[in-house]
Amino acid sequence: MDRIPILRMGKLLLVTIQVDMHDQLAMTLQDDLTERIVKEQAKGVLIDISALDVVDSFIGRMINNTAAMARVLDASTVIVGMQPAVAITLVELGLTLTGVKTALNVEKGIALLGKRLL
Amino acid sequence: MADLLFGSSFSSSGLCGMNSASAHSGSSDFMTLPLQTDEHVVALRKLVREQSITIKLTLVDQTKFVTAASELARNTLKYGGGGNVSFSLLSNGERQGLCLVFEDKGPGIVDIAQALTDGFTSGTGLGLGLGGAKRLVDEFAIESEPGRGTVVKIVKWKK
Repeated sequence: MDRIPILRMGKLLLVTIQVDMHDQLAMTLQDDLTERIVKEQAKGVLIDISALDVVDSFIGRMINNTAAMARVLDASTVIVGMQPAVAITLVELGLTLTGVKTALNVEKGIALLGKRLL
Repeated sequence: MADLLFGSSFSSSGLCGMNSASAHSGSSDFMTLPLQTDEHVVALRKLVREQSITIKLTLVDQTKFVTAASELARNTLKYGGGGNVSFSLLSNGERQGLCLVFEDKGPGIVDIAQALTDGFTSGTGLGLGLGGAKRLVDEFAIESEPGRGTVVKIVKWKK
């Protein structure tokens, strides 16, 4: 089965979504990520969606839920690299990702997580 | 819009020909794809993206239309029990557009106005799919009959 790789760097888990997300893939990522947060005792999760040219309500909800689950597991999530056209579409769709931290790129995302990763 | 779904003259190719626009009949301008699996949804997104680029939609309009297509394809799959989608290229004088018609023979929608309301969902979703898709396109038409199925048509015109 297809899987999106999760890389660990210290207390950070890095996910770079490079493929066109279908629903099952999104659900698998959510399961994998929550397991890895606990296993690695991660404090931060960075999800790079710069290669995603579509984020619909399902994937948006997955992002929202993943961030909420990570928070309950004592990890902060930052979504990085959203394309401008995707941002416009998401908000028009009605999904504002309230409660999810965002940054323009990986570097800024890591800076946002800051002390949590030390 | 009368009898879009169940009229005797119903045919997918005819649907996009409405609104004084004419659908091309060439094979590359019209096709029907199945919507039975997640992979079909991904394939549809790819097709819609390619065709949006072909008629030179702006990047934002491309993204909006692909996203709307993705929402409706998921509805067809999840709530309609699968179905199909017809794609056609429209030409209205100087303007070009893209038309998609989603069809399923699922349980149908009893209250369409309610289904279009943000936050309403009969399943486990956010309830943004139908109303959200409507906001992302230029033309939106829906017809449904409980027990017989649902047809949704969306159009995006090049500005």
